[in-house]
Formats: sequence, structure tokens, C-alpha cells
Amino acid sequence: MASLLQSRVPSSSSSLSSSSSGIQWRPSAALSSRPRRRIFTVQAKIREIFMPALSSTMTEGKIVSWIKSEGDVLSKGESVVVVESDKADMDVETFYDGILAAIVVGEGEVAPVGAPIGLLAETEDEIAEAKAKAKSTGSSSQSVPPPAASPPPPPPPPVSAAPLTPAAKVADGPRKIVATPYAKKLAKQHKVDINSLVGTGNFGRITPADIEAAAGIPPKKSAPVASVTLAAETAAPAPKASATTFPEIPGSTVVPFTTMQSAVSKNMVESLSVPTFRVGYPVATDALDALYEKVKPKGVTMTALLAKAAAMALAQHPVVNSTCKDGKSFTYNCSINIAVAVAINGGLITPVLQDADKLDLYLLSKKWKELVEKARAKQLQPNDYNSGTFTLSNLGMFGVDKFDAILPPGQGAIMAVGASKPTVVADADGFFSVKSKMLVNVTADHRIIYGADLAAFLQTFSKIVENPESLTM
Amino acid sequence: MQSMLSLSLSSPSSIPRSDPTIVADNVFFAGSSSSIVPRSLRLCGLRREVFGLQSSNASRIVAPSKPRRVNKVSASLSSNGSPSKFDYDLVIIGAGVGGHGAALHAVEKGLKTAVIEGDVVGGTCVNRGCVPSKALLAVSGRMRELQNEHHLKAFGLQVAAAGYDRQAVADHANNLASKIRSNLTNSMKALGVDILTGIGTILGPQKVKYGTDNVITAKDIIIATGSVPSVPKGIEVDGKTVITSDHALKLEFVPDWIAIVGSGYIGLEFSDVYTALGSEVTFVEALDQLMPGFDPEIGKLAQRVLINPRKIDFHTGVFASKITPAKDGKPVTIELVDAKTKGLKDTLEVDAALIATGRAPHTKGLGLENINVETQRGFVPVDERMRVIDAKGKLVPHLYCIGDANGKMMLAHAASAQGISVVEQVCGKDHVLNHLSIPAACFTHPEISMVGLTEPQAREKAEKEGFEVSVAKTSFKANTKALAENEGEGLAKLIYRPDNGEILGVHIFGLHAADLIHEASNAIAMGNRIQDIKFAVHAHPTLSEVLDELFKSAKVKVNISSAVGEAVAV
Repeated sequence: MASLLQSRVPSSSSSLSSSSSGIQWRPSAALSSRPRRRIFTVQAKIREIFMPALSSTMTEGKIVSWIKSEGDVLSKGESVVVVESDKADMDVETFYDGILAAIVVGEGEVAPVGAPIGLLAETEDEIAEAKAKAKSTGSSSQSVPPPAASPPPPPPPPVSAAPLTPAAKVADGPRKIVATPYAKKLAKQHKVDINSLVGTGNFGRITPADIEAAAGIPPKKSAPVASVTLAAETAAPAPKASATTFPEIPGSTVVPFTTMQSAVSKNMVESLSVPTFRVGYPVATDALDALYEKVKPKGVTMTALLAKAAAMALAQHPVVNSTCKDGKSFTYNCSINIAVAVAINGGLITPVLQDADKLDLYLLSKKWKELVEKARAKQLQPNDYNSGTFTLSNLGMFGVDKFDAILPPGQGAIMAVGASKPTVVADADGFFSVKSKMLVNVTADHRIIYGADLAAFLQTFSKIVENPESLTM
Repeated sequence: MQSMLSLSLSSPSSIPRSDPTIVADNVFFAGSSSSIVPRSLRLCGLRREVFGLQSSNASRIVAPSKPRRVNKVSASLSSNGSPSKFDYDLVIIGAGVGGHGAALHAVEKGLKTAVIEGDVVGGTCVNRGCVPSKALLAVSGRMRELQNEHHLKAFGLQVAAAGYDRQAVADHANNLASKIRSNLTNSMKALGVDILTGIGTILGPQKVKYGTDNVITAKDIIIATGSVPSVPKGIEVDGKTVITSDHALKLEFVPDWIAIVGSGYIGLEFSDVYTALGSEVTFVEALDQLMPGFDPEIGKLAQRVLINPRKIDFHTGVFASKITPAKDGKPVTIELVDAKTKGLKDTLEVDAALIATGRAPHTKGLGLENINVETQRGFVPVDERMRVIDAKGKLVPHLYCIGDANGKMMLAHAASAQGISVVEQVCGKDHVLNHLSIPAACFTHPEISMVGLTEPQAREKAEKEGFEVSVAKTSFKANTKALAENEGEGLAKLIYRPDNGEILGVHIFGLHAADLIHEASNAIAMGNRIQDIKFAVHAHPTLSEVLDELFKSAKVKVNISSAVGEAVAV
């Protein structure tokens, strides 16, 4: 029985730093012996006890009985509550000491997986506070906190909240809503409000097909054809790519994504929906290098220089700083926020230099230093990494001469900067000379930014870099 | 002529374990051997099986016994000195499974026997009950397997769309019923049982009328008239959209949505059939929980497997007070009233309603008033030996009642067992049937079976009589054969006395549970104790090992005579 009853500290200070405050409860089969485990103490005071997911198909659970009652002192390893899932009755035991301060979902009641069912206080002093909290959450205990991963479901007000939703669509007043047994089951499963639907079945009843349509599920009619559906799945491009399996190579290990890696993965897949194109441009860097040598002692980094240069160029080409949000319009951003891609602890994050065109080089450098420190300490606030309007990615320091970046969702363009290398150039008169040049390659959303726009932008950028005095002003 | 024919048919190979010459002796000279009819033919179910599978062989086996019976009867009549007092030794009113079982046993005991049947031979079980429903359930079981993509995938199988032809399914059920009916008829005819057609009425002691004006006398009479579906008041059965099991078995249509009133085993089996054929089902149950009558633990597990994941919902604690068939473009409406407050609770609108609230005895017109017997809610009152009790509480001599008509245990095989018990008594051997040893089964997928007491019943009895009760359980998940079939869902439960090892009840939910129960029911019937049967050997790997494990996991305190006696927990 490897599933977990999770309780978490009901504070809003959640950040990227995943589940450090999560508390795990361990259910055990009613008949099996209950091995005890050591726990680590958590500084949190009142914890919510959540309906555990006891099986992969469990969507809600029924409280068969509370073994403990309010005010009982719990010690780790004790069974606290018996939960009935779609598969079995399970004793659920706690890993933590504390006092069962309040029971939010009583015996015989049903709560969706993840909903709070009780509150656990650490000391007696907190019981009153917990009880007050229970009262406020009690009424809403039936509503489901939708799991973050699921795609936007229709608002889920089951059972108790049902009358709140206007049944205005139903024409003839208090007409009885009739849904078939399977339709009701599906509605519960997909959190579709039956009252908001108009049935298409016999006598106007709501059928399973109606629910599937409302939940956006492709109808899978009865008697599914195993082989045919299989073929269809593999033949279709299958953007979800869930069905594809790869041959397993013996001895390989599987490491699940961290939260950050999952976010990257999700963003990368999302980026596939944007039509992008790329434009490259060689930029002479002799002057920039000279400037860099001068300002380096003052704490200015190459990143700050490039960000400043890009910001100044963007100020002249606002379309490159714009975003296409709905596929129908340009969204011109009022500030120029340069996101800079940083590899960190096996992840990738893009701290943002806000208003990079307005801040001077030295302030920008200082700001950048702070951001990098914050990123290392995992203390970046959402605003620090998701407010970018244009992204800069620099692999030049690794000797990469040119590369191609993926446009992050929500932005118009990203600039990939290669290494600056001495290059033999012939001028108009046929004289050869050696100059340092770097290749920049911009990926842009072609729905809003066209080739000429990018070319003009790159020309401006190139001029700024080749005459970098303006950067210090 | 017939005996000559049967002699020529009864080649030596037909009775393999007997010397052919001795057999011939028996046939013609009515020797005292009683081993001509193979023992396996004694059980009703098995006999049908034999007939169905190898009818030509079977008729050869049975045929030789006919002359023997005639000879023997005449011998016995002359010996007891009252040869022509009665037309028959035994007359059975009703040729259902109970009457049939009694008739065959009576012939074996040398009684001159007749059955009176006013409808069709086979009764409810064969024509409108267990038999055709098993045909439908066989279809539903296969449909379930073919539709269970996940299950098939686990086997590595790929199957194209499973569909069905309703009429062909219905025909299968109907054909099975006719086949079993003709087997039953032939088996009685072959043994020389007279089948008298017409409605039987008791005119007085030992006197029966059948048809319009045929009167016969018999030394003993057995009432075996069975039952009909009971339809509560307020429910209008039209046979089309509001139906009973009688109509449902004809499978004239498969509704999109059917309400089943009653969640006993009839309702459960039909829910299995209808959901497999694509219907959605709503149960209406008057009691507070589904599947009353089953052991609560088994019921709970069964609900998880048979109800919750299927296209079924339910209303419990409500009566269907009024059901109106579909007409004028309106659906079937069912008014539900709260079982406690009697207030109107809800109204269902469905495509069809199946009334499966139980069965009522079929005892009207039997002439019971002629012998001063009053029925109780239609049932004929009997004592533990199935002897009929009259209105004054006295036994009516020479009159017995078996099967659904007495209401003791409304199961086909119970009726047959009661019939055999009565014949034993008629022949001078006292016999009391132990009803706690009669198994029952519900043929859902997977099946449910039980024998003896449920856990609450056992605990109540233990409280009263002051003994201890223990419970042992084993899971199908630990059984190799079940896992090979990918059918690990299941539980077997043993309720027993730890002080003496007596088996009080066994309940099984799982693959082939209906076939597995007999090891337990036989043990109860024979009075075997757990400490004895736990040494019985089971073939590996078979599902029967579920019971093997079950008996071995029981902890009996006495008579641990052997080193292996200590229970092995699994």
C-alpha cells in the first residue's frame, strides 16, 4: 500500500521549492501489520489532513469511521481514520505527532481526493485556532481544489454548490433534470455540472455522450475496437505522445523530472504551437570587447552589456518586444524586460532584468548579480522569472559559435548569442583584416514579427554593439 | 418390445463397472442389486448434464432400469398385501425440478410414481428461471471479456469490436430451456414415471384430481407447485416495458436504461446481463443497502466489483410505490417513496423496469381447503420433514409439500433435496434435510456463492448458544490459477467454531465461486470438521486451492493430532 495521505501546511508561502513542508500520511491495509517509521519534525503548527489517493483510479473517498475523535492525541504510526475507496477500506495512519483538532469531513461523508478532511494541531493552544479554521473551510470542504496538473476544468461545484449555478439555459422553469447512471458517474469523474447541461437523449435526458462533450472528451462509443483504436492512435500525430513506447535498453535508470524540469518540459512542448523563424547576423565585437575590459573592474558583466544593448535596440523596434497572446492581435509591452537564460543545478531558469533600457549599465549589473544569487538560493519570486518580454541566451563563453534557441511561450523573440571569434574580413576595397565577430541568431514568432522587422532590429543591435559608447550613458 | 430394444442397446460398455451378465440378470429377474443406475445420476443437475452431453449413451444407461422397476413394484405390492388400494404409491403435483428430483428418487426406491403438470415440464427453473438466465449470463460473461480491453491487453490479445445479435442471444436462452425441458421429460418417461397433464387439485386425503375430471388415488402426495414472480401493489406489469423475470428472459428488447426493482440475486444477475449488453441500470432497493441477504463483507466487495465500476446507480431505502409502463411517448415512470417515512422521495423516468422483488408461492386452486390447510402468505405450512400442517396445527397424513411452495428455501436444488428427503421418509427411512448445507449461488461475473450462516447470523447464534465464532479469509489474489486467468479479484470467507472445528458458513466471491462452494457444502452435509478436511489434497494449480488455503488458515483449538495440524496463515 504505497499511497500517501498527504497533509500540507495551509500557508501561501509556496514557491518553487517543491514539497519541503509536505507531510506524508501512510495508509495501511486494514488487516496488515503496521510498521512504524521515524519522522522528522516540521515547524508548522496546524496541518490539514487530506483525503488520500488510495488507488490510481480513486477520485473520491468516503470516511468509514474516525478511529480518533477531536481532541485525541495522536502519535506517529497510529491509525486515525478508515477511508473507503473504490477498491478497499483502508486504515490511514499518521507519521506525525499532534492533536486531532477538528474533523472537517464526518463519518459517512464523501470528500474528493486532496480535499481536507481534518486538522491536526501541534499543541493544545492551537486547537481553538484550528477549530475556527475548520469552520471556515468546513462549508467549502466539498469543493475540490483542482490538482494543478489538470487542464482547466469547468468550475467544479458538485453537490452542495449545485443550486448556485444558474440553470438559465433550461427553458421551462423547474424542469427535472434526468441523467442516466453512467452520465452521472462521468459527470462526477470529470467534474461536469449536470445542471448546466441540456440533455440530448431520449426524453431530454442527459446521456454519457453529453457529459463527454461537455468535458471535451472525444466520444468513445460502446464496444471499443481494440485493434482499430490502437492503429488510430499510432497513426495520428499524437501531440500528447502518451501512447508511444520506446524499446527499453537494459540497465537504464529512470529519474523523474524535478518541478523545474517539468516546467521546462511543459514550456518546450507548448512552444511547438508557435510558428517561428530564425534570422542570423554577424556582429563585430572589437569595440565591445574593449569597453568590457574597461568596465569589468566596476562589476559589469558581458551579460549586462548584451542585455543593455538588446534593450536599447528593442526600444527602437517595439514590435520585436511585443507578444502574440491570442493569435489575433499584437500586445505591445510597455516595459522592456530582458530575460536571461541561466543553467542552474540541472535546471534552466530565466531571471529577468526589468526595464533594462532604462537602468544604467552599473545598476543593471548589480541587479543581475542579485538575481543570480536568488536563483541559486531558490528564492526567485514569480515576478523575477516570468515577466520577461525578450530573452537572451548566451553560449559564447563555451566556444559555441552559433546556435538556435527555442522561443519561450508568451514572448515574441529570443536572441541566441555565439562566441566572439577573430575572423578574416575583406573590406570594400579588397583589404583583408582580422576582426572579432560574433554570430547572433534571433528566433521570433512570425505571426507578429516578420523578416524585415528582425533584420532592422539586428541592424540596430549591431550598430549599438559596434559603437558601444552609448551603452555606458 | 421396448425392453427388448433396450436390451439390445444396453451393450456391455454402457455399464462399465458391472459384469454384463449380471446386469442382464437384474433386468429380467429383478434381482436385489440396486447399482444398475449409476450413482452419478442421482443428482438432478448432474443427470441433466449427462443427458445433455451424451444423450444416446444416457438413454442406454437409463433404459434397462425400466423393466426392473415394474418387476420390483409388483413384487413389493404383493409383499405388503395391499396391492390395488391406490392407483399410485406417490403422486407429485408439479413437474419442476423439485417434483422431478422426487420422482426419480421414488422410482429408484421402487415406488409407482406419477407427476401432474398443468403447464410445462421443468417448472420455473428450467423454463423461466435458472436455466435460461444461465444462457444469458454465458453471453454476458463473454461480452464482458471481449469488451474489457485492459484485460485482453494483459493477455496480449486483440479483438475487434464485440457486438451481439439480440434475437440470437434470446434464441440461445430459449433453445437451452427446450433442450433441458425435453431431457427432463425423457428422463422421467424413460424411468416409467407417468406424466399426467392438467392442473392438479387435492380432493381429499390421498385423492387428487387432474385435468377436468380425472381422479386418482395415491398412498402419498407431494405438493411441488413452485412459485411465480411477485409483483408488489401499485406496479402495472405490461410485459413490454414493465416486466418480470419471466419476460426479461425472453430478451425481447434491450433498453437503454432499465430500472431493476430489488437487488437480490435475480436483480443482480439481470444487471450483469443488461450492462454487458449495453444498458444502463438503476437499482431500487427497499432495504438500506444493496444485496441484502448476502454476507455483509461479501456484499460490500461485490458492490465494489459488480456495481460501482459499471454503468449502474442505485436508490436504497425506497419502495417503488407506483410504476407506470411507457405509453403515449412517455417513458416508464417510477415513484419512489421513503421506506421509513413513506413520503414521496423521487420519480424516475426510465426506458424499462424489471420487477425482481422476489417470488410468491403458486398454491391457489390446489384444493387445500378440502383438507383443512390454510396457507400463510400463500405458503403451505410444513414441519422440518416437509409434512403439511393443517389449520389446527396437526400434521396431515400422507401429504408433503416441497420447494418454493413451502417457502423454506426458494432454490431449485433445495426443492429437489426436499423431494428426495420426503421419498426417503415415504419408504420408511426417517430423514431430515439440513438446510444449512444447501449452497446458493449468484451467477454474476465473477460469481457469488454461499452455504450456511452469514457472519452476523453466526454471531447471533453464538451469542444465544454461548460459543465462540472465528472467521478466516483467503483472497483469490494468492491463487495461481486465478492469476493465470487475470481474475485475482475475489474473497473466500469461512465462519467456524474454533472450539470444535464446525463449519458454520462459507461465502465465496470470485471466479467460478458457484462451482467452488460444494467442497464446503458437502463438508457441512457430511458433518466434516475443519481439522479433518484440511488434510484433503487439492490439485495444483486449481481454483479449489482457494478453499484449501481457507481451511488451512482456520485456527481450530482441538484435535490437533498431527504435526501439520497447526494452521498456516497465508
